[in-house]
Amino acid sequence: MNDRTMMVRTERLTHRFGDLTAVDSLDLEVADGEVFGLLGPNGAGKTTTLKMLCTLLPPSAGRAFVAGHDVVREPAAVRREIGYVPQLLSAEASITGYENLLIFGKLHDVPRAELEERARKALERMGLSEFGDRLVRTYSGGMVRRLEIAQSSLHRPKVLFLDEPTIGLDPVARRAVWDMVQGLRETFGTTLFLTTHFMDAADALCDRIGIMHHGRLIALGSPEELKDMTGMSTLDEAFISLTGNALETSGNVRDIQRDRRTARRLG
Amino acid sequence: MPLAAALRSFLRKALAITELEARKLRHDPWDLFTRAVQPVLWLVVFGQVLAQVKAIPTGDMPYLDFLTPGILAQSVLFISIFYGISIVWERDLGIVQKFLVSPTPRTALVTGKALAAGLRSFTQAVIVLILAMALGVDVVLAPLELLTVVLVVLLGAAIFATLSLIIACLVKTRERFMGIGQMVTMPLFFASNAIYPIAMMPRWLQVISYANPLTYVVDALRGSMIVGGVSEFGLLLDLGLLAAIAVALILIAGRVYPRVGM
Repeated sequence: MNDRTMMVRTERLTHRFGDLTAVDSLDLEVADGEVFGLLGPNGAGKTTTLKMLCTLLPPSAGRAFVAGHDVVREPAAVRREIGYVPQLLSAEASITGYENLLIFGKLHDVPRAELEERARKALERMGLSEFGDRLVRTYSGGMVRRLEIAQSSLHRPKVLFLDEPTIGLDPVARRAVWDMVQGLRETFGTTLFLTTHFMDAADALCDRIGIMHHGRLIALGSPEELKDMTGMSTLDEAFISLTGNALETSGNVRDIQRDRRTARRLG
Repeated sequence: MPLAAALRSFLRKALAITELEARKLRHDPWDLFTRAVQPVLWLVVFGQVLAQVKAIPTGDMPYLDFLTPGILAQSVLFISIFYGISIVWERDLGIVQKFLVSPTPRTALVTGKALAAGLRSFTQAVIVLILAMALGVDVVLAPLELLTVVLVVLLGAAIFATLSLIIACLVKTRERFMGIGQMVTMPLFFASNAIYPIAMMPRWLQVISYANPLTYVVDALRGSMIVGGVSEFGLLLDLGLLAAIAVALILIAGRVYPRVGM
């Protein structure tokens, strides 16, 4: 298949931190309009993969193309086509939700004439209309997440990358976030590339799932295919059977502290 | 005209970053007032006492008049040199990562931050000017001179804020950053003409102070904001040098900035 129909394509994409190979020769293709979920235990290399695709981290080897552009050679072109919701809660807390949208709209070249209208519409779509003029500091975790999704999709990206978008959220807020994400895809045909630990959400939402373990892609297919492949009835069981040891200890102290901080902020 | 369009886009994005900082300040301006305490103390206490002692030879100029531009420059330095910590903070929150994923030139992100530091410093300039007048300092109130003061304050803030950003991008942790910040602030301040003329320094300190950007900030301010004040190196040299340093630092910062997102 050619680049036009492939929104994300990697060729032996690799990243090393010193001796540790965080992402090891990853070959992946995600089609236009697809919802792709990258699953794996902590430290499997999911976030590192996402960071390379978003041009935040240069690959150590291999290549990656997003929306047809090389992430290393044409980072500016890639950045024009993508949105990114990092794992951390990254809305600016000391200004209002509406202001957050305005600023990021400007950074993402949303046409000036459309900016305010789009920002109001996005707040509406995310169920935040009445909170737009309040400081983000007063938002609940789920509201912040929805604001961030609005923020990173205001410029109508072709691909939206979401890193653990529901981490630390209660079930109701999780549901709301998944609904909003699904809505984006239906309204704008946005290709979604996400990581998550929530198997039932991945099962319901993703067209295809890739499972990473120790930096390698160990399984790839639709949720049904993965279940068939392992002979399991749920994706949860399929995941455990594929990654083996479920009690993997990984992630250094800094990561854990960061996750806890995120969880605390999400309250 | 692709170049004009690129420049416009650069400016729009740099100003978006500055706008973000301005909006933060509007929601919570408290910081601006606490920051003003230090220059007030320097002028009211240190300045008045040293003026009595007459220990520092400032020619025909009263010591408080000599000191005022120095304290304004100091205030700009202190506000800007710790500005980089915001990067470490924003990095831990994931905000920097989102800036970096947007199609914004890295130098525009840095320029926006530098202008934001200028905005904060500008409020200090207003406070210092009003206070100086209240203390009887002969301040020049002509439009061109005031404009020069604003420009010098913006350039000074840009230089120290960008230097601070570079340090933050390299060390990446709050603790190390604070240590280095403390380490460079006082030498920059004392190895300058802020509170005494260069002529009375020992030779080795003179050499250092000529290499210190703060010296040129003070010199330009002294030449433009005080009646009878003379710029030792000439306003044009001061401004040219400051602008060149600011541009060079912004280019360097643009190179190291992506490291915080990795």
